[in-house]
Amino acid sequence: MSISLRDRRRRALNVVMLGLTGVAALLTVVPLLLIFFYLIRAGFSALDMDFFTRLPAPVGEEGGGMGNALLGTIVLVATAGAIGLPIAIGAGVYLAEAGSSRLAGVVRFIADVMNGIPSIVVGIFVWASVVVTMGHFSAFAGGVALAIMLIPMVTRTTEEMILLVPPELRAGGLALGFTRWRTTIGIVLPAARSGIMTGVLVALARIAGETAPLLFTAFGNPFWQWSLNAPISALPLQIFHYAISPYEEWHDLAWAGSLVLIAFVLAVSLAARFLIRSPYKNG
Amino acid sequence: MPRLLPVRAGGNLADRVYGAVLVMFGLVIPGLFVFIVLQIGESALPAIREFGWSFLISSEWDPVAGEFGALPFIYGTIVSSVLALVLAVPLAVGLAIFLTELAPRWLAGPVGFATELLAAIPSVVYGLWGIFVLVPWLRDAVQRPISDALGDSIAIFSGPAYGSSMMAGGVILAIMIIPFISAVSREVLAAVPAEQSQAALALGATRWEMTWQVALPYALPGIIGAVILGLGRALGETMAITMVIGNRPEVAVSLFAPGYTMASVLANEFAEASSELNLAALMEIALILFGITILANAIARVLVWRVRSKRGRA
Repeated sequence: MSISLRDRRRRALNVVMLGLTGVAALLTVVPLLLIFFYLIRAGFSALDMDFFTRLPAPVGEEGGGMGNALLGTIVLVATAGAIGLPIAIGAGVYLAEAGSSRLAGVVRFIADVMNGIPSIVVGIFVWASVVVTMGHFSAFAGGVALAIMLIPMVTRTTEEMILLVPPELRAGGLALGFTRWRTTIGIVLPAARSGIMTGVLVALARIAGETAPLLFTAFGNPFWQWSLNAPISALPLQIFHYAISPYEEWHDLAWAGSLVLIAFVLAVSLAARFLIRSPYKNG
Repeated sequence: MPRLLPVRAGGNLADRVYGAVLVMFGLVIPGLFVFIVLQIGESALPAIREFGWSFLISSEWDPVAGEFGALPFIYGTIVSSVLALVLAVPLAVGLAIFLTELAPRWLAGPVGFATELLAAIPSVVYGLWGIFVLVPWLRDAVQRPISDALGDSIAIFSGPAYGSSMMAGGVILAIMIIPFISAVSREVLAAVPAEQSQAALALGATRWEMTWQVALPYALPGIIGAVILGLGRALGETMAITMVIGNRPEVAVSLFAPGYTMASVLANEFAEASSELNLAALMEIALILFGITILANAIARVLVWRVRSKRGRA
């Protein structure tokens, strides 16, 4: 059986174009591999116990670490979680319950749009509203900025996870004479818990890596500090300052800091992906 | 999507309180949004009064003399983002097609996961990698050879090869937005009804013809939405681009020349604002940036949702 020229051309085009999509896939994976390669190569050699336990050393001195920045990131993320999570989960429950009402539609739309606000703008807003009011930079202001990043993300995942709970569960609760709030708190939320936890973990990992919202809020601090009322350092802030500095030793520390940050973000993402899986979500 | 029971007035007291509390939580988000607009708008007011529209078209940025024009930053933001889209869109859509139409499961899983990881890398880490790996590489392996071959004959490739440049900014942004564009594109491509693609194959179309003539046209609004979503990310991206773009407030045609973006000037100069007017000018830049990204996200959301809800009806 002979294949016409036209068909041959069609088949050739098919192979070429699909091949090109494969090339596109390859090209997008290459930067990832390159980033990890350099992170591990440059980061591991600068990583030791001092990195986790010591303060940054002054220029020219050997050693030093980022212990204060690690502590700062923990304080900031915890503060952001304490402020943002109750609001976000509450708003997520609202969206799931209020469903298709017009107000819920507006809230959902604004939450989605706010997900894309540049993080630097959030930082500047918090500077103008919190830092100026308090009169100084503080861990609290940094926490507020990160909370604003957190709220839209967690709100939408919470809503989605609640909607995955089979409606029969809720109907069952109501049929047994539970009030609506007890049905939600006692039945629906526990059923959606693992899914919501996943969303929370992913969002916390994401804000732990944010730099721009902290530049003019948490500001940075070269010393051990855990008061919410004073400037505080954070791992991404410290990486940024070290990366743009002219000193070789600081560049090494920036790589080590990045490796730690990435390891943390990936560990949380992997945990969210594999350990906690909603029983109602397939795949 | 099935919705749960609506929150209604009536019922017992506890449920009414519960409903009211929920509405309050829901209102926090729009409230926050309005508060951000008002706060930044108010802070920007002195600059808006002082410069009017000329703020947008003046390229004079001299804090010492009290002259503020945002054009170099607006230009830098737009050019770097457009460059990022030009590089990222073919790759991201190609990747999405590869993952939905071509790749076997054992390959699609890991490749999809790898691109998700790209989205999870913090901006500052991209910046660090950009400074020490991407910028030197671009300078030595891309810019120098082009310079040597072309001289200054083509305007966008003219001038000395610094490394830190608009080009470096565009490339790092492209790497950062590919995961967003491809993830959403993949989702809308997967929403193409199986009847349609299978009908095309049954009529004798090749896999590519099916993709090009059936799947892509169906998914197009969603893909455009995905691209605008990526654009929104690129416009507002701060740390990575600040670290590689060179930070020089000039409108230069050459992609080899350093540039500056709105987000970068905020990151670099906000803490050092020397006067009330300087601060207000930076606030106005923040307001413009906020407005542009909100617009991009709103358009993207509407487009992506339209395709998704089509799937709901099909």
